[in-house]
Amino acid sequence: MIDFLGDVVAWFLDPAHWLGSGGILGRTWEHVQISAFSTVAAALVALPPAIWMGHRRRGGIVAVAVVNIGRAIPSFAIIALALPISIRLGLGLGFWPTFLALFALALPPMFTNTYTGIAEVDPALVEAARGMGMTESQITTRVEIPVAAPVIVTAIRVSAVQVVATATLAALVAWGGLGRFIIDGFAIQDNVMVFAGGLLVAGLAIATELGFAAFERRFVPSTASRSTSEDLLADVTVAPQHG
Amino acid sequence: MIELTEVTKRFRGTRAPAVDHLTLTITDGEVVVLVGPSGCGKTTTLKMINRLIEPTSGTISIDGVDVTGLEPHELRRGIGYVIQQIGLFPHRTVRENIATVPRLLGWEQARVERRVRELAEITDLGADMLDRYPSELSGGQRQRVGVARALAADPPILLMDEPFGAVDPIVRAKLQDELLELQRRLHKTIVLVTHDIDEAIRLGDRVAILSVGGHLEQYAPPEELLRAPANDFVADFLGSDRGIKRLSLIRIADIDLEPGPVVPPGTDVERARAVMAEYDTDWVAVVEGDRMLGWVTDDRLDGRSTIDGVDLEPFLTRLTPDDTLEEALDAAISSHTAIAAVFDDERFLGMITVERISREIVR
Amino acid sequence: MIAQVADQPFVRWDWIVDHVDDIWAATWEHIVLTAIAVGVGFVISLALSMLALRHRRTYGPITWVTGILYTIPSLALFAFLVPITGLTTLTAEIGLVSYTLLILIRNIVAGIDGVPASVRESAVGMGYTRRRLFLEIELPLALPVIVAGIRIAAVTTIGLVTITALIGKGGLGFLILRGLNLFYSPVGTTQIVVGTVMSVLLAVAVDLSLVGAERAMTPWARSRHR
Repeated sequence: MIDFLGDVVAWFLDPAHWLGSGGILGRTWEHVQISAFSTVAAALVALPPAIWMGHRRRGGIVAVAVVNIGRAIPSFAIIALALPISIRLGLGLGFWPTFLALFALALPPMFTNTYTGIAEVDPALVEAARGMGMTESQITTRVEIPVAAPVIVTAIRVSAVQVVATATLAALVAWGGLGRFIIDGFAIQDNVMVFAGGLLVAGLAIATELGFAAFERRFVPSTASRSTSEDLLADVTVAPQHG
Repeated sequence: MIELTEVTKRFRGTRAPAVDHLTLTITDGEVVVLVGPSGCGKTTTLKMINRLIEPTSGTISIDGVDVTGLEPHELRRGIGYVIQQIGLFPHRTVRENIATVPRLLGWEQARVERRVRELAEITDLGADMLDRYPSELSGGQRQRVGVARALAADPPILLMDEPFGAVDPIVRAKLQDELLELQRRLHKTIVLVTHDIDEAIRLGDRVAILSVGGHLEQYAPPEELLRAPANDFVADFLGSDRGIKRLSLIRIADIDLEPGPVVPPGTDVERARAVMAEYDTDWVAVVEGDRMLGWVTDDRLDGRSTIDGVDLEPFLTRLTPDDTLEEALDAAISSHTAIAAVFDDERFLGMITVERISREIVR
Repeated sequence: MIAQVADQPFVRWDWIVDHVDDIWAATWEHIVLTAIAVGVGFVISLALSMLALRHRRTYGPITWVTGILYTIPSLALFAFLVPITGLTTLTAEIGLVSYTLLILIRNIVAGIDGVPASVRESAVGMGYTRRRLFLEIELPLALPVIVAGIRIAAVTTIGLVTITALIGKGGLGFLILRGLNLFYSPVGTTQIVVGTVMSVLLAVAVDLSLVGAERAMTPWARSRHR
């Protein structure tokens, strides 16, 4: 065991493992890049309808159904399905199937959590805003979104962390990313590489989580009860639990 | 008998005690009400009796047995407990809720069922209620179930913490009446906590008034409290209308009645008018022995020599000796001459005047 | 080779008909892997929740550790375990169990915390012992929230089981992985689709049965309110 961990340390100390197209730096960049693209794209697509539906406080059933279906489809299956679909669409291997899968994966929690955040803004607040003469769009941009901001950021965080985790599987559809070390390691039965890959993937996922948490603490005023340091990592799922 | 001796409770992290050297004796079969402003330690005191809160020092004994010598859960199974939010078990039917303590005590099924039916009757819950869940009941019904549940194992002692605090005033008055009615039949030793002095006066055989920090200011029957408050705190807490409050505790039978403006048949008009003048009324009643014949106004007597032969009016408002002075005051004020007549069935007992009642208020 | 793909069918029904036995075997393995994970996860979570409920200070560290476990991508977790426990069912189950913990512990604790203080006080006031209070009052009342947690844990686990295909297990994930290796052929896509559809159906079926079980166990929660 000690020997094994020594080998892992040695693996990390070898500069050849860091540089080059298949090195740690390159793989990390691929991983971050595809995760960021997919998350941002999903946010652009999911947030506007979620905010609109949340403002109208309609479609709660849809929101719950979306997240439940999203949860029921295995992320591995989404990646696997994305590959032949991408090929049939003429988008080929690598980036696009990964992007499609991660995008599809990020949508449901983003949509539902944002919807819930907006819909659960204190109705008295909205009524007061309306009473003071705000238009509906002013209510949304000046009251509901700021008040729900912590929840929306959390929604993005939940999706982003899930995307980073699932991007590990991108190696299976010929994209790079840190998952390569694990999957290639399995293939050539190199446990040191597998373990090192695991550390890198776990490190990136936790860094994403902590990065968002730090961002929230720094920039998002806590309007509702949210993210104390105690449940920094605990608040991963903000999905509605009933239904 | 429940005896609290020099009981003190200090909560961790607070300097001032919540209850400070409290000594109190609660006699069997009495309703004792602990009342006071918030922070006076009344609930703490109550909860120390069934050891939901442990005293810091001092002893509490029931029938001479120190409660700290018993297993808390054994002790509690022998004491009924009712709280403001009632705390019915939402996952159990009314029947199962009532059966809680008998089940904990391991009664056999048939006995439990018999007891549940008995209690449903005593507390006026229909048999059709028994299979419902608490969420299907009204506030008043829930409160009745709470009382039935507390009485289930027939404990000699009942502790009630603001039992009627969560229901509206009309239901509250009804539940208070029901509790008094229940107590007339069951003779439990009841310790009840409230912040409502009117409730305390209405329900208590004795009332303990506590001030902040758990100081016992006065412990006396309500009538005595109202008549002779021990100090300014008690007087203030009772309110400036304590004299009027007292009227509800005094029965007409407790005071001396006046004959009132009455004359026997055959009295001459001049004499009758003298009686009216004495009572400052414009009417006079005719009484034969203890039989009230009726009354007549002054102007109907003009041109007559005696009162015989005039048409007499019957008394419509008739007080009885069991009525309180509060009711007497109401009756007297509604008659424009401030006098009301008291009867025991058909027997005329005498009259009561507002002046006489007001003497009770200022006493 | 790839150029021809577009003309081929995505799903070959004859393959499905010929492989009903394989599909059933994979589904059964999937069910077993899930049941063990959720079952073991629940027992561990219940124990940790009871610890957290009795000693509040432990709740922070417990959720922190299980939170990290939850955040670590499943493949990374398997990567840590394979050098130790090999490509075994144990490896798969350790990973799967660790993902259920956070969800289950949070819901158990939240469910028990949600029991109204008045209910607890009156129960203690009537002479309930701590043990009976937990078993007869708190646990039943927390059931809806706990079952909600089990539902999320079960559905999540059903999804994660597919990934264990990469360490030689996988249930329906095995079909998906085999299909992925043949992605250019209809035999491959068919297996991906079958694995996915069956997995989703399984998740829905388990979810609905849990809802049904919860309804059966909580007759008081049905809306017959006045």
